[in-house]
Amino acid sequence: MDKKNLKGWLYLLPAIIFLGAFMVYPLIDVFIYSLEEGFNSASQTSFGVGTYNFSYVLHDPYFLQALKNTFILVMITVPVSTCLALLISVGLSSIKPLRNLFQTVYFLPYVTNTLAVGLVFMILFQKTPYTDGLANMVLGWFGAAPVDFIDGPYWAKMFVLCLYTVWVVMPFKVLVLTSALASVDQTYYNASKIDATSKWRTFTRITIPLVSPTLFYLIITGFIGAFKAYNDAVALFGTNLNASEMNTIVGYVYDMLYGDSGGYPSYASAAAVILFAIVLTITCINLIISKKHVHYS
Amino acid sequence: MKVVLQNLTKRFPNVNKRIREDVIAVNDFCFEIPDGKLVGLLGPSGCGKSTALNLLCGLLKPTSGKIFFGDEDVTDIPAERRGVGMVFQNYALYPHLTVRQNILFPLQNLKGAAKLTKAQMEEKALEAARLVQIDELMERKPKELSGGQQQRVAIARALVKLPRILLLDEPLSNLDARLRLQTREEIQRIQRKTGITTVFVTHDQEEAMSISDLIVVMNSGIIQQVGKPQEVYDDPVNLFVAKFLGAPPINVFSGKSEGGKLYIGDDAVLDIGNVPDQELDIGIRPEGFVLDQNGSFNCNLRNIEVMGRDITVVCSHACAPDFAIRAIISSENSIDLAAAKVRFSLKANKTFIFNKKTGERIRFDAE
Repeated sequence: MDKKNLKGWLYLLPAIIFLGAFMVYPLIDVFIYSLEEGFNSASQTSFGVGTYNFSYVLHDPYFLQALKNTFILVMITVPVSTCLALLISVGLSSIKPLRNLFQTVYFLPYVTNTLAVGLVFMILFQKTPYTDGLANMVLGWFGAAPVDFIDGPYWAKMFVLCLYTVWVVMPFKVLVLTSALASVDQTYYNASKIDATSKWRTFTRITIPLVSPTLFYLIITGFIGAFKAYNDAVALFGTNLNASEMNTIVGYVYDMLYGDSGGYPSYASAAAVILFAIVLTITCINLIISKKHVHYS
Repeated sequence: MKVVLQNLTKRFPNVNKRIREDVIAVNDFCFEIPDGKLVGLLGPSGCGKSTALNLLCGLLKPTSGKIFFGDEDVTDIPAERRGVGMVFQNYALYPHLTVRQNILFPLQNLKGAAKLTKAQMEEKALEAARLVQIDELMERKPKELSGGQQQRVAIARALVKLPRILLLDEPLSNLDARLRLQTREEIQRIQRKTGITTVFVTHDQEEAMSISDLIVVMNSGIIQQVGKPQEVYDDPVNLFVAKFLGAPPINVFSGKSEGGKLYIGDDAVLDIGNVPDQELDIGIRPEGFVLDQNGSFNCNLRNIEVMGRDITVVCSHACAPDFAIRAIISSENSIDLAAAKVRFSLKANKTFIFNKKTGERIRFDAE
């Protein structure tokens, strides 16, 4: 190894040490834990190596509930938030007056604390002895019976969770998409105008392909982010998510480690590995689909 | 299709907000483009020629004045319904579509009675591609094409819907010198073949002169002169036009008229008959100099450049603000480089005199 090379490694050393100690080592450890059967954290011993942890987790009704919740959350919030963000940013880039004001308004949720937002949602949706919440008040105008969105039926809670997630992830998407739209060369629009292209066709055939790399980036990170959802559910339904049937995979992992019924790093690891496999698969599918539909300039 | 511009004016609010006065990009344009001609809008950058083009295609609305295509008033018709074809300076080919898809794009927009079947569209696209000789490249993406090929695709896309008029914005500025020569002939060929009234914008006088049927010389939003290229070159109306056309450019001297003679410095170079005595700007085309032992015009010889067909004599003169005067003479002449002075006589039809203040041409009767 020549001297120059050595210098390079020296510069990289701090990052390598920290990343190794706090990312690579735990990652490997998770895989090892997930395969060690009957691991005892007090004595740091196990009975042997096998797939029992996975089998346990996959048969645990709480995990299956968390899996179902996470999938519903992902499949609803990613498309909805991305489409809405696209519409909003197209709207933002086509207005001139008050554009900065609206941009700020749409970006506000991004800088607002998750728990504070959770409180606002509580005011909107929670039933207390004094009020049924704002949402129920509005529903009441249309003659609907009040629904308990926080402790009530499953679909009502899932609706609130999805709404909350969409609302929280949207500002970032709007921000990124607005700048992507702004960077599309105006002459493409002039050209399509002169060729008498309808607004809708310009949008689908020119705007969307030209911002498709950004859209794709948002979809991939959106999927990953939604699969890792946890704190949104906590902000709305408190820490005992299993009881309210609103747990997510990451919530399950957390509960297995530190929850009231916790202390099972092996099961937590197995659940984490399953989550990793799911995210990996979805991302690969995304990449394959994107090859056909994303146009990099 | 005949195109008529009537008192066309476009004002923009000044970018500098402290200046209340508007910028007048296009000032009271009146002219008529005859059917089927190739017209070059020529002027220095910032003279409003692109604005004029955008007014024609409808991307900009005029502040006042009217535009007619044939007998139809199109002033208030938006760009998408004017039926013009446009080639943008950077071509604006959709980067994610193939050449075929790019050319098909305008056809797919047709609605109602004009709607075509898939097969008809393909046929038309291929026809347009053949016209510009890119039918071999139909499946490529724009970035896989050279600049010249991209330009042809842009022309094909503009032509495929058979526009009423074709507009080209600086069509050759992105091409290298050789391709430029080739492409400008190509544009002329395509225009002749289709017979579509075509307007193109350029700042390159050579480009405009070489292919236009008619050139429109502009400066600061005002039309200076309209005419056939050779006519404008031979008979400029003012100093600006005289300076703008011609390569190498016209040589400008300051001089005066006195007693029916034209003076540059102390040399009485020409008889100009009836012109009253006054200070003048004098423009002499490089080919207006004749090497003459007894010539009346005296210059300091600096250098000669032999170009094969002819010789460029580079001189200087106290009355010429430009560093070098260029005279082009036939290569049959021989010049003694050791001599400090060189004497010319001038061709009266290549010598123009201009009012010192306004720059307007003053015509004289050469005797």
